[in-house]
Amino acid sequence: MQVRERISTLSIQKTCDADFIRQVEEASEQQINKCYQCGNCSASCVYSYVYDYPVNQIMRLVQLGQKEVILNSRSIWLCATCQACTTRCPNNLDVARIMESLRVISRQEGTVSEHDIQLFYDEFLKSVKRFGRVFETGLLPIYSFKAKKPFTDLDLAPRVLKKGKLSFMPPRIEGRKAVSEIFSRFEALRLREKPRKD
Amino acid sequence: MSQQLKSINLSKKSDNALSGKSNCGIKRVAFYPGCSLEGLAVEYDHSTRAVCEALGIELVEIPDWNCCGSTPAHSLDPGLSAALAGRNLAIAAEQGCAAVMTPCPGCLKSLKGAVEVYQNPHTRASFLELLGMPFDGQVKAISLLQLLSEEVGSEALQRAVRRPLKGRVIVPYYGCLLTRPASFAEFDDPENPMTMDRLIEATGATVPDFPLKTECCGATYGVTRNKIVGKLSGRIMDFALRLGADAIAVACPLCQQNLDLRQGQVDRFWKRTFNLPIVYFTQVIGLALGIEPKTLGLDKLFVNAESLLPSLDEEEDGIEESMRFSALGSQKV
Repeated sequence: MQVRERISTLSIQKTCDADFIRQVEEASEQQINKCYQCGNCSASCVYSYVYDYPVNQIMRLVQLGQKEVILNSRSIWLCATCQACTTRCPNNLDVARIMESLRVISRQEGTVSEHDIQLFYDEFLKSVKRFGRVFETGLLPIYSFKAKKPFTDLDLAPRVLKKGKLSFMPPRIEGRKAVSEIFSRFEALRLREKPRKD
Repeated sequence: MSQQLKSINLSKKSDNALSGKSNCGIKRVAFYPGCSLEGLAVEYDHSTRAVCEALGIELVEIPDWNCCGSTPAHSLDPGLSAALAGRNLAIAAEQGCAAVMTPCPGCLKSLKGAVEVYQNPHTRASFLELLGMPFDGQVKAISLLQLLSEEVGSEALQRAVRRPLKGRVIVPYYGCLLTRPASFAEFDDPENPMTMDRLIEATGATVPDFPLKTECCGATYGVTRNKIVGKLSGRIMDFALRLGADAIAVACPLCQQNLDLRQGQVDRFWKRTFNLPIVYFTQVIGLALGIEPKTLGLDKLFVNAESLLPSLDEEEDGIEESMRFSALGSQKV
């Protein structure tokens, strides 16, 4: 019973997006039809248990151009790029790189399924843009507040303080302007290449 | 100088860094600590500097280095990640260094990624535009583990050991990024790396064969998906304890954080008490070289690692031995 409930039928021909296949292949520099569904990647993946589609199914969905299903999937955001899949692919596909390209595309399309993970990454980069290096002490409270998870890692705070491992002043390197300019040029480049959707 | 630095790959088998021969590979290398080593991994920073100094490697910290962008940058755009990391390589080149060493596998991935993006004709132009600095792609990025195993090596390390860690069982845990994927890492074996095994063996410790040595610990999900870290890091410690581990040796600040700082959270997930010290491999080497535990930041670890220190009896044996040595020395004079 449970298995049947999890099966969702795809109207493959109706929803096949050939441009999407090309876009993924270009971004990842991988030839997706090399995948013959041996399942080595999924067998190696320690994150399969939190995925909605195991990684070999994501590869198959890319071959079938199922853009919407993939870009809304949980799997692409819970992949940690640990490289087990890439290491064990018998066809030398860089599977982890394909997953990374899918994350990048899902950001561009504004379809990120795991909002708190995106939020954490965004706050991290804001910290880098502002100070040149990441300010760990400042990052966590801002994330916990914005993600509405005020108790995140609160149990660790006293222990970290006791060890004197937290700095209360942001790093502020001399080249922080140069670093923030890299971000500005990146934002300008992205606007030029493609109108932002997210 | 730069000619010497470039010879890193040619001098793979050289272990003459300690023997004072002048033609050894790297003696002076650009050092990129990365943000973790300023904060939660400060003991990795201290032990890296102390061990390199003791082994005759001069580290030149890249002036005014910036964050590599880590996972958040390459999930946004590989080009942005490359430019952020690239600034550090460009500064290292300005300093006349041909190789950059970083102890952090995450930073290593970004630094190597920058060179790759530069070498790719499709992405070079936008990379240079984002970077806004001169860049020639000649600077090579290597890990600390690679530097120590290729430029010092286990034989030379063994000769330099002052306080052998006899009887201690230390399980080497490489983490997922250090040697994978193989074509990118260009170092050791992607499935069964052995370089850290060899270095730790050289300290006199017992090193069991660890099947989970490259399995993922839960990576960046400590904050956002804590239970993933609970499950995966617990599995690594569970296996290590079954092998009789007194400690796990790591080479990655994030692995160390997940296994050490978060060990209480992992305990709660598994409903047991692991109480397993998680030390940096540089701390293991440093202890064996006779460097003071405090200099190596052993007191900065969350799970107490004093079991690795020599006991009083061992200390006395050591003193007797060194007295014998000095007696021999004075006889010669």
